[in-house]
Amino acid sequence: MPVLQAASGARTWRQRDRRRTLLSYLGWLIGLIVLAICVRFIAGSTLWFFVWDAPRQAAALVDRMFPPDLSYLARLWAPIWDTINIATLGTLMALAISVPVAFMAARNTTPHPAVRQFALLIMVTSRSVSALIWALLLVSILGPGLLAGILAVGLRSIGFCSKLLFEAIEEIDPKPLEALSSTGASGSQVVGYGIVPQVAPAFAGISVYRWDINIRESTVVGLVGAGGIGLQLDASIDSLRWAQVTTIFVLILVLVVIAEWVSARVRAAIR
Amino acid sequence: MKRYGRGETALAGVDLTVPQGQVVALIGPSGAGKSTLIRCINRLVEPTAGSVRLAGNELTTLGSRALRRARRDIGMIFQEYALVDRLTVMENVLSGQLGYVGFWRSWFRRFPQGTVDRAFELLERVGILDQLDKRADQLSGGQRQRVGIARALLQDPQLLLVDEPTASLDPKTSRQVMRLLMELATEHELTVVVNIHDVALAQLFVPRIVGLRAGEIVFDGAPADLTHDRLTEIYGEEDWTQAPVGGADASGADPA
Amino acid sequence: MTAQSLKGRPWRKRPTIANPYVRWAAILAAVTYLVLAGSTLDVDWARVARGLDRARSMFAGFMQPDFTSRWSAIRTGILESLTMTVVATALGIVLSVPFACGAARIISPTPIYLLCRAVIAVTRSFQEIVIAIFFVVMIGFGPLAGALTLAFATIGFLGKLLAEDIEDIDPRPLEAIRATGGSWLQSMAYGVVPQIAPRFVGLSVYRLDINFRESSVIGIVGAGGIGAALNTAISRYEYDVTAAILIIIVGLVFIAEYASGVIRKRVQ
Repeated sequence: MPVLQAASGARTWRQRDRRRTLLSYLGWLIGLIVLAICVRFIAGSTLWFFVWDAPRQAAALVDRMFPPDLSYLARLWAPIWDTINIATLGTLMALAISVPVAFMAARNTTPHPAVRQFALLIMVTSRSVSALIWALLLVSILGPGLLAGILAVGLRSIGFCSKLLFEAIEEIDPKPLEALSSTGASGSQVVGYGIVPQVAPAFAGISVYRWDINIRESTVVGLVGAGGIGLQLDASIDSLRWAQVTTIFVLILVLVVIAEWVSARVRAAIR
Repeated sequence: MKRYGRGETALAGVDLTVPQGQVVALIGPSGAGKSTLIRCINRLVEPTAGSVRLAGNELTTLGSRALRRARRDIGMIFQEYALVDRLTVMENVLSGQLGYVGFWRSWFRRFPQGTVDRAFELLERVGILDQLDKRADQLSGGQRQRVGIARALLQDPQLLLVDEPTASLDPKTSRQVMRLLMELATEHELTVVVNIHDVALAQLFVPRIVGLRAGEIVFDGAPADLTHDRLTEIYGEEDWTQAPVGGADASGADPA
Repeated sequence: MTAQSLKGRPWRKRPTIANPYVRWAAILAAVTYLVLAGSTLDVDWARVARGLDRARSMFAGFMQPDFTSRWSAIRTGILESLTMTVVATALGIVLSVPFACGAARIISPTPIYLLCRAVIAVTRSFQEIVIAIFFVVMIGFGPLAGALTLAFATIGFLGKLLAEDIEDIDPRPLEAIRATGGSWLQSMAYGVVPQIAPRFVGLSVYRLDINFRESSVIGIVGAGGIGAALNTAISRYEYDVTAAILIIIVGLVFIAEYASGVIRKRVQ
């Protein structure tokens, strides 16, 4: 926060000096220009006829969505059970793989810098590809069904869990590890006796956190055939049965709220 | 009996022999190499040159498995206790025997009954048996150091390395810990090398004092021989008189 | 309790759940669940075996990514994804601020607080693709639907986190400014904004990242972006084109993540 000397000799105070002010204005200008270009591009690709029709469409939609078709509920219990399983089994699978990947990526436990880079690459790939895209690929290979969904959710979660886990591993206190080595413990014993207790709470928190997110992801993988309630959602939307769609939504909302509550409680208990 | 030779530039030409059963205190200014010397002995720091011999066995040339076996005979006590905070006192003490059990036994904490019994005895000896199942991070500094001592002793070591045991403790606890260490050294006939920054404490408890300065030994003798001149040699120029403000002498007697 | 009295007694590590009934009940429940869940997973192994063949051709395709034969579709898709991301994030950031302020209990009257919290909760409960379906139904196919979808999701994401940040701030600077005679607006500008601004910038950049990732997916239901081209390529078994598209997506996400990491470090 510099003090400037104006031509008249008077000293003024500005929040930033002239150069930074100029840079900051330039930055905003560039940002606005980019934004304008993007808006134009999108506007150019839009069929404005439909957009003006939107309020009418929205009103018609809302009208068709309410009241919800509650009789449909009976057919939704199995898909919801499937959805929960996709999330849970997918998270379990991801955790099993994330642990070794995290140890490979953490600077203090990686056997070799090349191994670390490899682990980081796995994480980036897993994270960049959305669960839905993984689902598309897996349904293409394995056919529609739960297995594709579980693997899709799991593959996406590996990157997330490994990243948080390896950051936790890098933050541990190294002094007890030194002490354990000095008693003659082997490397694996140092990990099991010294590292695991230190990262265990983080691990539990990460697991539950990801499970909660996965519940949400599992509700939609069915849209591309990977099982769960997304299948019903897809069917109902395709046949334009909007009242059924509302029922499904309500059920999803309840599921998500419960999952978030469980996750928040467990994470609070760990602290 | 141990003998050291030259080490890395933190230590230059340290030649030290400690007969079995003796307690040696290392003193010296920060950066003199005391910590490095201690860690060179069990190769937590690798000496770049020279030899370290424990009871005639050369330690610097050992492969990793043999080194682990050798480390079982060397107990170490750390300045900041180096306990696994989330584990209980008992688990921390038992970790002293990790060199003797396989991975799965250590994972499930299934140590032999003999080890468990000795752990009980040691915990009682150092005075924290009632804290058995408490998590290490729930203890005070002095209590944690006792856990560290019990852990090192559970190894039934020939040699005990102690790195600044009292640096993080208050004066009274410091004395208690030093007293405990000396008693245990006698009881178990241990050879001990203690790294200490509090010269007065060293003089009170330890029969042989070695002074390090800039990686070299500049003093080796009894506490009584540690005159002000010798202290200056080790630490540099300083007023070493111990008279507190107000004129009473160090022992607390009133001035005449 | 003396060592003598304990001698000979086996010692076991105290388990995480102390009460044995609760512990065994939990273990039983977990095993039961896994068995039940596993049983619903009826895998058609014949299908999987055939799938492995397809996987092989997929890997072959991945080894030779084809950027050229569908380039125009890919180009349009990527441009749509990028523009959607930019517009949606900008719009979402701007709109999330009032919602966040409304959802922060300390600066918002109760009815507004409840309303904003409800809106944020609803926008967060549904995945972006579901929201995309609705926007497509309402305003037709194309990147506008996608941009609105992502903006909607951004409002929920940033709104919640920002509201939590506002509620966590240190109130003392605010009191100090009021004490000097400042108005409510000044106390916001000088007291609230500096405390939350760094994290807000960080979160916005993070959301930019997420929005790009989502923008590559919502095209599947027609909301613009590279998702449509990807879906088409996969359904036509054109795995070389699929590989090309995935490589572009992963590459862009990587760049975005790197850039966002740099920006967040400089801001904080």
